[in-house]
Amino acid sequence: MFRLEARSSTPAWFNLALPLLAIAVALVLCSGLIAVAGAGVIEAYGVMLSASLGDSYAITETLVRAAPMIFTGLAVAIAFRAKFWNIGAEGQLLAGAVASCAVGAIPMPGPLAMLLMVLAGAVAGALIALVPATLRVQFKVDDVVSSLLLNSVIYYALMALIEGPWKDTFSGYPISPPIEDSANFPVLIEGTRLHIGVVVALIAAPVCWFLIARTTLGFRIRVTGENAEAARYGGINTQRVLLSTALLSGALAGLAGVGEVGGVHFQVMSDISPGYGYSGIVVAMLARLNPLGVVPAAIFLAAVMTGAEAMSRATGVPAFLSEVIQGTALLAMLVALLFTAYRIRRVGAPA
Amino acid sequence: MSAVFEQIFQVGFLAAIIRIATPLAFATLGEMFSERAGVLNLGIEGIMLLAAMAGFTAASLSGSLWLGVLVAVLVGAAMGALHGLFTVVLGLSQHVCGIGVTLFCSGLAYFLYRLIFGQQSVPPSIKGFQPAPIPLLSEIPILGPAVFNQFTLVYLAIIAVPFAAFVLYRTPWGLSVRMVGENPRAADSAGVSVIATRFQAVILGGALMGLAGAFLTMAQFNAFTFGVVSGRGWVAIALVVFGRWDPWRSAGAALLFAFVDALQLRMQASGLGHIPYEAFLMLPFIFTIVAMAFISRNAVAPSALLKPFRREER
Repeated sequence: MFRLEARSSTPAWFNLALPLLAIAVALVLCSGLIAVAGAGVIEAYGVMLSASLGDSYAITETLVRAAPMIFTGLAVAIAFRAKFWNIGAEGQLLAGAVASCAVGAIPMPGPLAMLLMVLAGAVAGALIALVPATLRVQFKVDDVVSSLLLNSVIYYALMALIEGPWKDTFSGYPISPPIEDSANFPVLIEGTRLHIGVVVALIAAPVCWFLIARTTLGFRIRVTGENAEAARYGGINTQRVLLSTALLSGALAGLAGVGEVGGVHFQVMSDISPGYGYSGIVVAMLARLNPLGVVPAAIFLAAVMTGAEAMSRATGVPAFLSEVIQGTALLAMLVALLFTAYRIRRVGAPA
Repeated sequence: MSAVFEQIFQVGFLAAIIRIATPLAFATLGEMFSERAGVLNLGIEGIMLLAAMAGFTAASLSGSLWLGVLVAVLVGAAMGALHGLFTVVLGLSQHVCGIGVTLFCSGLAYFLYRLIFGQQSVPPSIKGFQPAPIPLLSEIPILGPAVFNQFTLVYLAIIAVPFAAFVLYRTPWGLSVRMVGENPRAADSAGVSVIATRFQAVILGGALMGLAGAFLTMAQFNAFTFGVVSGRGWVAIALVVFGRWDPWRSAGAALLFAFVDALQLRMQASGLGHIPYEAFLMLPFIFTIVAMAFISRNAVAPSALLKPFRREER
């Protein structure tokens, strides 16, 4: 007989082994779909790998793709650390995009414009995240549902803008006017799309790690999440911690939108985010809510996305495989997390 | 003003409300059963999409619409079972699993659709359900053509609401569902299997979400497009809260939303008013968020919602 037994601590190598296990399981399960599509599994995954990480240009494209997911991944990881269930990174990203686009369209010196875009985007995202947090603190409203529903509110607000006052009167397309050329984020390597926002994302991860692991606020966030009652007993105002966490989390998600506007699209359209906010949840879970783990997790998802497009062109396997891989990886990771709480023990007649 | 009213409130308008409300009613009832048993199912958006795709594919390949509906319901139930396996049997985090199920199901729906139908400039369509007027009842002025000259699935939705209320409030199984959603510990002591009851409720919920998806691709649009569900699953999540986890109120909320949606479509079509239509589409979400602030004080939500049950842990 086998039975599950609660375990109190987990070995450190689990932090690396579990995500790798989950990713492996997801790739194996999804190879079935590749086979159904009539392509060679090794060949398809090979194309995926070489097209996303095979040469320096591909790597820059993958990093550009990863940047928004690093931000949303950090947003979710920090929120979940405090058990603030922020499912609203998608809406916060869109709010950040809209705000930074509005600022970026105002003529002013480039560096000033970029600085203000970052500020506007972060503030917009933070304010949106503050709504579910305030509702939870003040009225005990469930933050899962309220933050999720806000995504739809923000999405329709964005649509109203780009189909209304921002609509391109010349072409009639529902896209916003472009930001000023001077506000376009500088490209770091000529001939690629690698913009400075990507570097900011890569720096944000260790900064967030430091904040969570080494500062007083980080300590409060962790204690509030692990044991709110003990935190209150220890004199921590958990409600204030929740609100601070929401501001931080929303600002990070807003920055994801800023990067997309300033560095990639230079304007706002309805599909500016192909679900980066939801992908942030996948990223954060794969990273085991550790900000440092967010970077490789986001790069993995980005590689799957860029790789899937090339795979589709080369083998005819629909690129939507990347979404299936994301979902499967998240579910596999959740199951793998059971190993952190339980161990499988052999029980039965004593030998 | 009266001209505006005349243009808006016609028989066609009433019929449109009923049609728009139907998939929402199925989805909302499905989510409600799941939540009453204590399981939030954020997989709803993806489950509806996958079921809509599967039903459409089955109908277009076999030529039988009812086979398509059956396939959609089975796929919905299977995906409900998947969510139940993770959240009920394994006791994993409900909201994160739900997002995982939505990502998985929508990815799979797009993938399989592209695989089966390829990339076409005009999406393939089928001859969907036709209105099946009910003799005599459809002769009633105004109400007749609006309510009783509809698709069979619409009648099914109209019957489903009282039936769901009956099951939830008047049957032993419904009592078990409410017990495991309110106080699983007590239900367990009373000999109700918490795991089994929750699992069944999530599967029933998935089947109803599948029915909602079937209606979209086989009665409302008669085609599958990538935006065919476009947030209706999230609307259902809002409607369950707005309807305070009650079948009647949830159905009422679905009708109210459908009214706003139909109004919005009319105003767009007739060029009346200068309010952006998105403002209307946003309303149910804003209303629900505001309503949640009032509702939570009365604690009408199932107490054990989002809480996994493990028998050995006290």
